[in-house]
Amino acid sequence: MTAVTAPPPTVAPIASARDLWLSVAIRTGLIAGATALYLCLTGIVPTFDSRPLIRDVITLGQVALVVAFMAAGLGTAIRLGTQASPGRTVLGGTVAGLIAGAMLSALVLLGSVVDLRAMFLHASPALWNVLTFEMGTSGFWVPAAVGAVLGGLAAAIWLLPGALRMSLLAGLAMVLVMGLFAGLLRAPMLSGPLSGLARQLFAAEGLQPIGALLSFAAGAILVPLFRPSRIRARAQRLSREQRRVTAVPLGGVLLLLVLLLPLGLGPFVAQVVALIALYVLMGLGLNITLGLAGLLDLGFVAFFAVGAYTVGLLTSTGEYGIAQWSFWAAVPVAVVIAMLFGVVLGLPLLGMRGDYLAIATLGFGEIIRILAGSDLLKPWLGGPRGITNIPKPLDVGPDSFLAGPNQIYYIALACAAVIAFVAWRLRASRLGRAWIAIREDEDVAEALGVNLVQTKILAYMLGAAFAGLGGAIFASLYGSVFPSSIQLLVSINVVAIIIVGGMGSIPGVVVGAIVLIGLPELFREFSEYRFLFYGAVLILMMRFRPEGLIPSRIGRQEMHHDAAEDDPLTATAAVEPS
Amino acid sequence: MALLEVEDLHTYYGNIHALKGISLTVEEGEIVTLIGTNGAGKTTTLNTISRLLTPRQGTVRLEGQDLSHVPAHRLVTMGIVQVPEGRRVFARLTVEENLRMGAFTIKDKAVIDEGIERGYTMFPRLKERSKQVSGTLSGGEQQMLAMARALMAKPRLLLLDEPSMGLAPTLVEFIFETITSIHAEGVSILLVEQNALQALAVASRGYVLQTGKVLMADTAAALAANEDVRRAYLGEI
Repeated sequence: MTAVTAPPPTVAPIASARDLWLSVAIRTGLIAGATALYLCLTGIVPTFDSRPLIRDVITLGQVALVVAFMAAGLGTAIRLGTQASPGRTVLGGTVAGLIAGAMLSALVLLGSVVDLRAMFLHASPALWNVLTFEMGTSGFWVPAAVGAVLGGLAAAIWLLPGALRMSLLAGLAMVLVMGLFAGLLRAPMLSGPLSGLARQLFAAEGLQPIGALLSFAAGAILVPLFRPSRIRARAQRLSREQRRVTAVPLGGVLLLLVLLLPLGLGPFVAQVVALIALYVLMGLGLNITLGLAGLLDLGFVAFFAVGAYTVGLLTSTGEYGIAQWSFWAAVPVAVVIAMLFGVVLGLPLLGMRGDYLAIATLGFGEIIRILAGSDLLKPWLGGPRGITNIPKPLDVGPDSFLAGPNQIYYIALACAAVIAFVAWRLRASRLGRAWIAIREDEDVAEALGVNLVQTKILAYMLGAAFAGLGGAIFASLYGSVFPSSIQLLVSINVVAIIIVGGMGSIPGVVVGAIVLIGLPELFREFSEYRFLFYGAVLILMMRFRPEGLIPSRIGRQEMHHDAAEDDPLTATAAVEPS
Repeated sequence: MALLEVEDLHTYYGNIHALKGISLTVEEGEIVTLIGTNGAGKTTTLNTISRLLTPRQGTVRLEGQDLSHVPAHRLVTMGIVQVPEGRRVFARLTVEENLRMGAFTIKDKAVIDEGIERGYTMFPRLKERSKQVSGTLSGGEQQMLAMARALMAKPRLLLLDEPSMGLAPTLVEFIFETITSIHAEGVSILLVEQNALQALAVASRGYVLQTGKVLMADTAAALAANEDVRRAYLGEI
């Protein structure tokens, strides 16, 4: 029909409102389907189909698909909000799930005709069986059906009253978390008086069904009770006086928890926790160079290497040890040498800014790594075989609580506390202001009397000192240093910790280290796939929370910059010249 | 002896010959303005005087002392402070911290606090916002902050680069009143402005720059009355 007469203007919006739920559902379904395809073809689904989340009930591979389907339904419901009727919302969720599932069905159908393995290693009959519940390619319709059901279900959950919805989702999330960490929780419990309980709750891999039920209940009840917004609302009702009174014991409890943390851990987790503490230390150090002075130093690992090799050479009782000093005597030397390297490497970089600086420092990191492993320095540094037999700082018996990584944890923690204090004092000092000024605008800082050379070199020296300290502790944590332990990844990890945690924020560094160092270590059973997680976290963070998990005051204010400009009080026109 | 004496300044951006022999003087207690079109070399002249740019030829002298080998960050203690074009406050520092940066070369705490108070008296608006991160200030407030920051170091010669750029008309008025009152406190000023009419109204002498050269130099009144100047820079046809 050609439009001879113009349709009434109200028709078009109504029509589009009627189609809204469908277009949202299709878009969300396509995104979820693409994600599910990705999960399948990268091998995540087939590989983790052998790892149960709940024994004999559901595997991790299936969970990945369930999450994708439910995300399709939830996503549709959230985007529709109140713009569609409940029936339409559930229908939309079903359609979204159906589309996501149908994309997998299409994959199975395609796979039954063409051998995709030339391109996708994991597009094998094993994958088809996972997707179709062992029905082979003839059950190609199964993913679409499962997707539709789960999508509709998820949308329906979203329509539930707030408290119920929160409980349900929190319970499901808790099952997922407990199932993922089951192995880590089970190992230390088995050796203690809780071994009976551990066997009840956890299977060899994943949860027992009863453990899953308990986890669900715990999540459903506890999370709504202790959710952050509720606690914050409570805290805001307190007076300033009351808040101060409660802050002291709360801080005390937190400190006690941090100090007692290694008590309940197995040796593996203790090592991970010590590593986290080490990265917290280095993150706080780089936070001064990057967060205050804005010098993006990707050669952090160079100073880390200097610290590690210095301590190795000075303390090792093995082949390449030259002095067999104690750790405590070697650390100050390592820090000073790292600082000297900081000055030497910093001088040629003075004229560089931003990205150029990052690339140049990157070069230094690589030079040091290659030198450490080179034949040239092999007689002194051991080449690729590295330096071994580096003793622990404290000479305690093998049965002592402080043997192994626990003492490193405390040492790293103490150093991190000192650095945090220094960083905090620096921020409010003349030097700290000069660093921020340089970062903001070098020319103006110079025009106001800041000596750029001196101030920048100081920042490099301090950053190098902390990196060297980190390297020194690293050497004694692992008892050895190899060229392969001074990878570029160390630098990148430290930078990522700061950015994910929140630039310039001290608690942010702690959280960043837990998320980016702790979690990948704890997920070792997922081998190389954990780096997918790492990458995904970085991308999602930068997209949805660029100011970091726990941003500093300034970071937060910057993110609210636009709001402030809209404020009529601060708008130019409102300024009264007086 | 003139407070500032610039002689035959040649500055290059790479191969581009931006200043082709600029000479000018600022006497103690004067307001001198540089006017001219975009690209005439006004900002380049200021940046060369403040040594953010290095001239290939020519000298800048402060009370007869050659500044050729004085690093930029030492100029502040000698009494030259620049308020750069586009305000350029330190967005991540609070208003008060910005002012403290202005007093970077001053060690005496009492002098710094006194300077901050003086700044707040001159611009009460800044006092209200003293704890606010300055990136969230409006353009007018940032200009006030940039000027207050420059005054913290107690300059003898203030280099002002386009202080009225991008501001609402009422604020432009206010900024020029402030320039007059800073001058009344005994600070000599070298003022670069697009807004030639108002610049000539507050200045005692002016230089008209064109493509890196001094086209005319005269008293402000004479320049404001000059037919050619009026046609070219004051928007009269």
